[in-house]
Amino acid sequence: MTRQTTVEVTGSPRETKRGTEIRLEGVTKDYGLAAPAVDDISLTIEPGEFMTLLGPSGSGKTTTLNLIAGFETLTAGTISLDGADVSDVPPHRRNLGMLFQNYALFPHMTIAQNVAYPLRQRKVGKQEIARKVAEVLELVQLTGRDDTHPSKLSGGQQQRVALARAIVFEPKALLLDEPLGALDRNLRSALQTEIRRIHREVGSTFVFVTHDQEEAMNLADRIALFNNGRIEQVGTPQQLYAEPETLFTARFLGDSNVFELGQADLGGAVAWEGESWGVDPATVAAHPGVGKGSAIVVRPEDVEVAAGRDAVPVGANAVRAAVRDVEYMGSYRTLLLTIGDRGLFGRARVSALRGDYAIGDDVVVWWRPRAQRIVAA
Amino acid sequence: MSSPARTRRRPDTVDPIPWWLKVVGGLVIAFFILPTLFVIPMSFSSATTFQFPPPGFSWRLYENFFTNPVWLDSLGNSFLVASLTAVLATTVGTAAAVALSRLDGRAARFVRTLLMVPIVSPAIVVAVAVYISFLGWRLTGTVTGYVLAHTAIAVPYVLVSVTGALGGFDQRLLKASASLGASPLTSFVRVTLPLISRGVLTGGIFAFIVSFDEVVIALFLRSPLFQTMPVQMYNSVTVEIDPTISAASSLMVVAVTIIFILPLLLRGRAGSRQEPRP
Repeated sequence: MTRQTTVEVTGSPRETKRGTEIRLEGVTKDYGLAAPAVDDISLTIEPGEFMTLLGPSGSGKTTTLNLIAGFETLTAGTISLDGADVSDVPPHRRNLGMLFQNYALFPHMTIAQNVAYPLRQRKVGKQEIARKVAEVLELVQLTGRDDTHPSKLSGGQQQRVALARAIVFEPKALLLDEPLGALDRNLRSALQTEIRRIHREVGSTFVFVTHDQEEAMNLADRIALFNNGRIEQVGTPQQLYAEPETLFTARFLGDSNVFELGQADLGGAVAWEGESWGVDPATVAAHPGVGKGSAIVVRPEDVEVAAGRDAVPVGANAVRAAVRDVEYMGSYRTLLLTIGDRGLFGRARVSALRGDYAIGDDVVVWWRPRAQRIVAA
Repeated sequence: MSSPARTRRRPDTVDPIPWWLKVVGGLVIAFFILPTLFVIPMSFSSATTFQFPPPGFSWRLYENFFTNPVWLDSLGNSFLVASLTAVLATTVGTAAAVALSRLDGRAARFVRTLLMVPIVSPAIVVAVAVYISFLGWRLTGTVTGYVLAHTAIAVPYVLVSVTGALGGFDQRLLKASASLGASPLTSFVRVTLPLISRGVLTGGIFAFIVSFDEVVIALFLRSPLFQTMPVQMYNSVTVEIDPTISAASSLMVVAVTIIFILPLLLRGRAGSRQEPRP
């Protein structure tokens, strides 16, 4: 019931308004340290897209968001919104909403005053303000708390208020700087759902910064994975997980078994610790770095475990391993393995129903060549 | 098992302050307050010279004070100078504190130290320097001269109190304000100022008192036509031996006390309101 009215009320003005395209070209931020914080990044965020900037701390994702918001000045490059260069426009004239990890609500104002703040800056009429504030507070499911002060609300509620405040003025795009970082796990997942719903209903461009790969996979239309001030790879969550271009991407998203090959001829079979493995050309990443050094990546769920070599099908890539530990996860088990002669650490995910494995068991692990991925190392 | 024993051993009243510390505290309070307690009875004295205890009760000294234009003018002058000083010093000191809170490094520390110099330099040195400069600029004996000189020595107090208030101010709120479309000036007026208002108000009160109370510079800057209350009080003791000073002093003590207590009372009344920071 409530949901229905929400859609109706917000529908008419917002549906006509499409999201904004955000284009970064050669964007660089150099603080004069050893390496630039953001190093020659080019990225186009499509109108209405949910783009996540993912990466470890210090990888330049937050700096990039601050550059888009205008809180940092560019060393080189341009940033444009819908084709208009905003590189030299101060933050308060960019018309971008922003969500912060610490909520950044004004403690001396009530909830309603906080949400009305951007509208007052835009000289919106009193009645219009009251209408929009009520409407947006309903959208974030926080009605009836108008005259409360922010400190009386829980963290999750405060972030809802901040979200309402950041979208009430229909900004060109919403920038989210690790907005769920301060919340506990359950609340975080509830708010993730909320943010996704609001993205669908509002339809504007969202740029979301996080270091949490699960959160990124959950939310994003596309992920831009940052590493050392550069973008390592851009793609849908599925692309990044299933078709990583580099070892960094493969390791950052999900668990993987990694067999480093060094500089190898990928035309036929490749050798690893005396084993000879088949290569499916379709699984070789197009990344230019593959020629210089490569690695085979196999996800734990693609690894099969057999008692001996004779149980391995023809054409599969196999290597001997020892079971180091077994983690029981309910519907499946994860075997922690020691692979090969030099004791490479690996994992295999097996059905909980299939056989018992004890610590110390000698086994053979195998996978199809099309299940592996050859990436730049 | 052991808990009843532990409960029994616990003293009836938990008092972490030892008795001797209370005695020391009491002595310090007495040291500060006793002079005032002598001055106020003396202001109601019927004697024509300084005498303690007062020989009898009389309103004569207050009558003197409120009928003598020399005393009344100097009181008015002091209020004028102190008010203007409070406004100017609060503006300058707040601006400086806000700017310095955003800067970092050696330059900012240097500027901060420089602004604090008037507090640590001997009053007489400042006074002579001010006197020599102001003679050349024809500012001695003018309201402008008093206000400028008093502002210089009052700014550090504002700087300290506003810097303290800014310590609890989350600079990220300014980012949020900018992202919501507010210019830096609007952000300052609508976000920064309300959240540091207590420090600004305290700084302003200190600036007022510093000026109201200042005697050394005022002695140098005085002219036959314009002098402040502390200078008149100084004159009344050194030149005239006029006991009206005890009435004047009592009035000053009461005025300053009211100025200090007023914000406390106001805050107490607004106490049910939301604290700015949790």
